[in-house]
Amino acid sequence: MFQELQRRTPLGWLQLTHEKGRFLVALAGIAFADVLMFMQLGFQSALFDSNTRLHRSMQADIFLISPQARNLANMSSFTRRRLFQAMDIPGVKSADAMYVNFLDWKNPQTGKKATVLVAGFQPNKSAFDLPEVTSQLSKIKLPDTVLFDRAGRGDYAEMISTVDTGKSVSAEIDRRTVKVSGLFKVGASFIADTTLMTSDQNFLRLFPRRDAGSVSLGLLQLQPNTDPVLIANQLRSYLGNDVRVLTKEEFITFEREYWQTNTAIGFIFSLGVGMGFLVGVIIVYQVLSTDVNAHMKEYATFKAMGYRNSYLLSVVFEEAIILAVLGFLPGVTVSFGLYAMTRNATNLPVIMTVSRAIQVQVMTIIMCMISGAIATRKVQSADPADMF
Amino acid sequence: MENLIEMESVISVQNLDHFFGSGQLRKQVLYDISLEIRRGDIIIMTGPSGSGKTTLLTLVGGLRSAQSGSLRVLGNELVGASAGQLTQARRKHGYIFQAHNLHGSLTALQNVRMGLEVHKGISPREMNQRAALMLEQVGLGHRANYFPDDLSGGQKQRVAIARALVGHPKIVLADEPTAALDSKSGRDVVNLMQTLAKEQGCTILLVTHDNRILDIADRIVHMEDGKLARNEELAPLS
Repeated sequence: MFQELQRRTPLGWLQLTHEKGRFLVALAGIAFADVLMFMQLGFQSALFDSNTRLHRSMQADIFLISPQARNLANMSSFTRRRLFQAMDIPGVKSADAMYVNFLDWKNPQTGKKATVLVAGFQPNKSAFDLPEVTSQLSKIKLPDTVLFDRAGRGDYAEMISTVDTGKSVSAEIDRRTVKVSGLFKVGASFIADTTLMTSDQNFLRLFPRRDAGSVSLGLLQLQPNTDPVLIANQLRSYLGNDVRVLTKEEFITFEREYWQTNTAIGFIFSLGVGMGFLVGVIIVYQVLSTDVNAHMKEYATFKAMGYRNSYLLSVVFEEAIILAVLGFLPGVTVSFGLYAMTRNATNLPVIMTVSRAIQVQVMTIIMCMISGAIATRKVQSADPADMF
Repeated sequence: MENLIEMESVISVQNLDHFFGSGQLRKQVLYDISLEIRRGDIIIMTGPSGSGKTTLLTLVGGLRSAQSGSLRVLGNELVGASAGQLTQARRKHGYIFQAHNLHGSLTALQNVRMGLEVHKGISPREMNQRAALMLEQVGLGHRANYFPDDLSGGQKQRVAIARALVGHPKIVLADEPTAALDSKSGRDVVNLMQTLAKEQGCTILLVTHDNRILDIADRIVHMEDGKLARNEELAPLS
């Protein structure tokens, strides 16, 4: 088999490279299709990652949420008593409340309204595994003082540089004035452009209608060397069904599943990938069928010389694979650049992963194979008897 | 004696009929053709267009499946042969077409090599050597790495002859090989075919309208309206 390949004239390669202009256009077309697929897949996973970034940074092993909770911005609430009850279970070290809500604030820099996500927690210890938050807990103990996400989306550059110098910036929320006196870094998500963190007391001042006894989220920390899954199960049977118990992994999955299933976003991006794939199939088919048409006479001659149909099919598939591999290279290179541009422009975590690169390469090969399979139907009709 | 004729005969056609189309449109194009061609002969087939000579050539070459009668080529019966058997049969022939039909993306050498690659068991090195030698023989050794677009009409046809003969076929089938050439190149091409065929001891069946090249034939077969009209043996040359 290998020897057969070795003695074979690389006809597909020679055919493709003989017409250099057409070959480059074909590669550009495939690269374009690959870029489309990469961008759609990148945005999709960025959506899911960015919406769980805050979840990942929370310092807790087990989370309590309301059965009505849909996502981090719509957590509903449950009674704080469940948190105290949770402490009864051996292995639970601490149980803290967190309050989360949306809020419109006036951008201190532009004066325009913008929606932010506010998280309030007991400032005795940091609810987040973020060094900047831990070191600035004393600031949010002060009334009407908040920490601001420097990686958030929006025109906050001036405000951030002012806060960086150690001064605080005043911002208006409804009729209250709050001071932004510290920064941390999480990043924008599709839910909210940016996030504010403050103490539970400040949170309740901002939301006078919220009651301290109704919490959005319960953060349970466990003793070392305990099994979160086991304790979560104990909590489930102990606490009853007006509260949901999730391990950290389950909590992250809960958020991701919301965006995957309850919104059209996952569908839209899959559709986008499908469109890219289809564009690729059409481009490659155009290239291959033009090539086959241009070589019909030669193919018929080869058949007259005793070459089988399968030989000619292998030439078309050889071309398909060459196009798939060589078209992928510029596609992945351009995508690297576009990912970096997207990251800079949006602060979304659009990152090239090896698995995605492999996924797109495989899809490109499948794409070219489908086009090749359609194009070969013509090859089989090459009739050597027409040659005379 | 009969046995000897069997062996001598590389192409043996008996009572061959051929039809195109089917149903109402079915039309007979070959009527009761019988023809014996001996090893080493050069046969020229002439006749007006539509007389069926090209059809006969494609049947002998295994490019079309023969329908009725008997058609034995190199000892294989081609009437009722499967597509696979026809493909196998084609590998034993060399074809020269009216147009050169060289592959535009391959150099002269690679084109000639394609005539060898179809045969199994020849190493790449040997293929290259034989292809290069063949190009020398047609006088194009210095053009081995040229693409067909950079060769003249006569040169292209010579490459096509090299491609047809490089595999040492027992039979060479040619359809108007000189039609696209001026008289000098045409003459060169048929002389070349004649010389090489005599060297390799192969049989040539050539369809042509070109009266200028009839002299190379051992025998001239004339076809008209699907029938063999005249079958004249010429005195051997030399």
